[in-house]
Amino acid sequence: MEIQETTPISISVANRRLVKRLLLITVAMFGFGFAMVPIYDVLCAITGLNGKTGGRVAAVESSAVDEARTITVEFIASLNVGAPWEFTPQVNRMQVHPGQYYQTHYLARNLTGHALVGQAIPSVAPGLAAQHFQKIECFCFTRQIFQPEEGREMPVVFRIDPNLPPDVHTVTLSYTFFRVDDAGG
Amino acid sequence: MSTAAAPALDDHDHDHHAGPSPGLIRWLVTTNHKDIGTLYLLFSLTMFFVGGAMALVIRAELFQPGLQIVNPHFFNQMTTLHALVMIFGAVMPAFVGLANWLLPMMIGAPDMALPRMNNWSFWIMPFAFTLLLSTLFQAGGGPAGGWTLYPPLALQTGNAFPFVILAIHMMGISSIMGAINVIATILNLRAPGMTLMKMPLFVWTWLITAFLLIAVMPVLAGSVTMLLTDKYFGTSFFNAGGGGDPVMFQHIFWFFGHPEVYIMILPAFGVVSQIIPTFARKPLFGYASMVYATSSIAFLSFIVWGHHMFTVGMPLAGELFYMYATMLIAVPTGVKVFNWVSTMWRGAMTFETPMLFAIAFVILFTIGGFSGLMLAIAPADFQYQDTYFVVAHFHYVLVPGAVFSIMAAVYYWLPKWTGHMYNERLGKIHFWLSVVGVNVLFFPQHFLGLAGMPRRIPDYALQFTEFNMISTVGAFLFGFSQLLFLYNVVQTIRGGAKATDQVWEGAHGLEWTLPSPPPYHTFTTAPEVK
Ligand code: HEM
Ligand SMILES: [Cu+2]
Repeated sequence: MEIQETTPISISVANRRLVKRLLLITVAMFGFGFAMVPIYDVLCAITGLNGKTGGRVAAVESSAVDEARTITVEFIASLNVGAPWEFTPQVNRMQVHPGQYYQTHYLARNLTGHALVGQAIPSVAPGLAAQHFQKIECFCFTRQIFQPEEGREMPVVFRIDPNLPPDVHTVTLSYTFFRVDDAGG
Repeated sequence: MSTAAAPALDDHDHDHHAGPSPGLIRWLVTTNHKDIGTLYLLFSLTMFFVGGAMALVIRAELFQPGLQIVNPHFFNQMTTLHALVMIFGAVMPAFVGLANWLLPMMIGAPDMALPRMNNWSFWIMPFAFTLLLSTLFQAGGGPAGGWTLYPPLALQTGNAFPFVILAIHMMGISSIMGAINVIATILNLRAPGMTLMKMPLFVWTWLITAFLLIAVMPVLAGSVTMLLTDKYFGTSFFNAGGGGDPVMFQHIFWFFGHPEVYIMILPAFGVVSQIIPTFARKPLFGYASMVYATSSIAFLSFIVWGHHMFTVGMPLAGELFYMYATMLIAVPTGVKVFNWVSTMWRGAMTFETPMLFAIAFVILFTIGGFSGLMLAIAPADFQYQDTYFVVAHFHYVLVPGAVFSIMAAVYYWLPKWTGHMYNERLGKIHFWLSVVGVNVLFFPQHFLGLAGMPRRIPDYALQFTEFNMISTVGAFLFGFSQLLFLYNVVQTIRGGAKATDQVWEGAHGLEWTLPSPPPYHTFTTAPEVK
């Protein structure tokens, strides 16, 4: 970086070269902002940091039920802005044993006089428990179409993986319902 | 470098050696670093008063509980725009203005390295702020979701939204061009003998700040672009319904946001490191450690952004990492404070206005650093997050921190720039009113925050009334005292006692070897630095 006695010409050359490099950094950092999106997704998929659960898991033989351990699972339902449904869990909490399959359901009712398409987005807290919350059946796997005024029960079949870290005693499953048939999401 | 060097700086700028263009057109077409420095500083001063007026609306509303003066939507526009105007319109341009005026004179260069780009980077700013402020007059009003623009709230902004995003893009482009110019000037135009480790600290801190700007302004541009496409082009970067994640915005935003706070404070460190040795009549204590401390603060600032997100539901390991990394920043910051105090230790000190502001900076910025440390304690932050405690913290580092350093700089170098001494008595009155005002304004906010008063609300529970009243009184005291500053600056530009070339008995450095005011072109022949 040491600058020697420079002639005028070499200064303008040096300026041009430096500006090019700095612009390159600028462009690279603009790209880095966008690169954070896939990096974040991959990191979260690996670690479950943001509480996103994985997709459908194949049902496995639930031999390894850990009867000695009881986990409280809490169910939460919320609606995104402009999602005209009534949306509630059937039960607010359940006591479960890791390894065992359980079924519960959520109730949703279209409050409008026209058909709607909704999508439920699950999220698990604490985030690190997300990977251990395994769903073999869930209404969140697909979009849900509702006829005018239609209400129905939507099932979730899940189990808690016995590898759930031992310091976790309560797992909260939260669904947010989004309207996805228009820009109302 | 010889005089023939000048045209090579800008091949097409034939009248480089001429004086200023006549009339007002001078300011539009100028490529002179002193002119552009003046433009930036005047722009910043204007925005300081615009943003200040918004702050007084906020404080007036908060004088009492209940809704008195403005409706909540307008209140939220005030908090959002106050922050955007002060950060991007007042503090950052002020430092760019100081850089323009001072860097070439401090390193013995004839001008900035890229004079025409310099003109451009300034003239983008008035347009950016016209766009931003015009949103106040649009149907649906301006942005009201906070300067941090968190989705999904920010996406509920009405037609003002694209204006805000475009304005931020323009400010970003302006800052990046300014930063490139600063780096090119410092690396390529130093006078012979001006080695890196001989550069005044203001030059050093600006060099590092410029690198921070280049690294993070593009990330801000990327994040607001994603907001724009989420709102208008159906992407789902931050829309959970479409598979995105709103928390990801916070990561990207604060990856910019934390280095941004250092962009606003490193040049302030530089200013104070120039002023304290002058009035203590001793060389700066620990010059090299100052350089290394500044560099380590800049480096660390990239890995601590998570301290703004302790409550989003991070795993424990993340909380601990961000907590310890943040606390680590207190070490180089402590080194700096130690060095400033050691510089004053047993110095032959005098207390002219710039020194008063610089000393207040050291003390009050340190208070802000302490509240920052409290906030860095992850378990405690769960209580402090989004309360007035955070407001108190960042105002201590930004107002008696960054803003005081800018005022100190103006009092310190104004005699050099204008050739006139400012009114010292008025300067001291301004200082004392400001320092009392700022503490009455912000100190009670610590208590409000600890007691649980949330930030960004127009109304509050009754038990918070007294401290809010005190805070509002302080706000008006501080705000109106700034009119003295304005008056003093204007009077000094128009006339006053003749300043000597050295201005201050203890001042050292190339800029003080020039006449006061310096001629339009200086150091066209590079000085010899021993
Ligand atoms: C020792 C140094 C510092 C530490 C440890 C520190 C720590 C923190 C922490 C933990 C927060 C987040 C609080 C929360 O939202 O709950 C915060 C917020 C903030 N800090 Fe600092 N800080 C330091 C220095 C600074 C400096 C030098 C500046 C600016 C010049 C600054 C400006 C801000 C701002 C603007 C916010 C609030 C952003 C917002 O939410 O709107 N801080 N600080
Ligand atoms: Cu920060």
